[in-house]
Amino acid sequence: MPKAQALTTPAVSGKLLATAAGFTGLMLLLAYLVAFDQGALSQSGMYLHELMHDGRHLLGVPCH
Amino acid sequence: MPLSNRPGYLPLLLRGLLAGLAAGLLAGGFAYLAGEPHINAAIAIEEAASGGAGGEAPLVERDIQSTVGLFLATGLYGVALGGILATAYTLLRRHLRTGSDTQAALGLAAAALTGIVVVPFLKYPPNPPAVGNPDTIDQRTAAYLAVLALGLVAVWAAVLAARTQSHQWRRAAAGTAAFLVVVGIAYTLLPTFHEVPADFPATLLWDFRISSLGTQAILWTALGIGFAGLITPARQKATVTAA
Repeated sequence: MPKAQALTTPAVSGKLLATAAGFTGLMLLLAYLVAFDQGALSQSGMYLHELMHDGRHLLGVPCH
Repeated sequence: MPLSNRPGYLPLLLRGLLAGLAAGLLAGGFAYLAGEPHINAAIAIEEAASGGAGGEAPLVERDIQSTVGLFLATGLYGVALGGILATAYTLLRRHLRTGSDTQAALGLAAAALTGIVVVPFLKYPPNPPAVGNPDTIDQRTAAYLAVLALGLVAVWAAVLAARTQSHQWRRAAAGTAAFLVVVGIAYTLLPTFHEVPADFPATLLWDFRISSLGTQAILWTALGIGFAGLITPARQKATVTAA
């Protein structure tokens, strides 16, 4: 009996690639918001940038 | 076909996001305990140098930055990296030469830990507040992104080189050599920044950098283990144990 794989990965199709690319873009935007944004993305001025200041330093991102 | 066996991107993605959130919050806990004392010490040095706190009120209070802000940052970063890990797993699983989903997930997380944490850390070790020249932030940011990308290229080159060999020790040697060649070229070509003030305490700098490395290592380790655990249902684990 073949061992069933838990969550089988889907066949790679154009649709899957498009979804994956879109989602990866979204996740990169989220990472950008934490790591680099200075208000352009968040539209909160420097508030979010200052709020996440310590996390940015400790996550190894260049700051200042 | 049972529901849990249905192939799909979404079920994997949700598990990646969940594992990422948990890993981010765990890393935040470590950062709070191990990193915050050093950030506060560095800020105290900065303020002493500028002649007392004074000036305008900060946009965000220190005790908010070091608690809510810290966990928000590590949590969101974890979610983003978890989503990316799950996507990479979905697209690359069939190319990873292992029969074990757990090994595949852990291998991808280990590759990321090496490529986007360890390789960047050794070229551009992170600095605490009070260190760093604001005039070079754009160059340093670009160089940091470049070293992240080159770190992943180095891991990829190692895998490709290892696959050209059949004996195990030769695979290890070829993989290591390819990795070091790419990292060596990257480190040589990328610019170097020396911006730590001569009078900044060396022990504080070291302690801060180690706490930052620990935060990122915990994030990726927990993410890899968490994601691997979530994609392997208990039923399969039991089968493997019984076999």
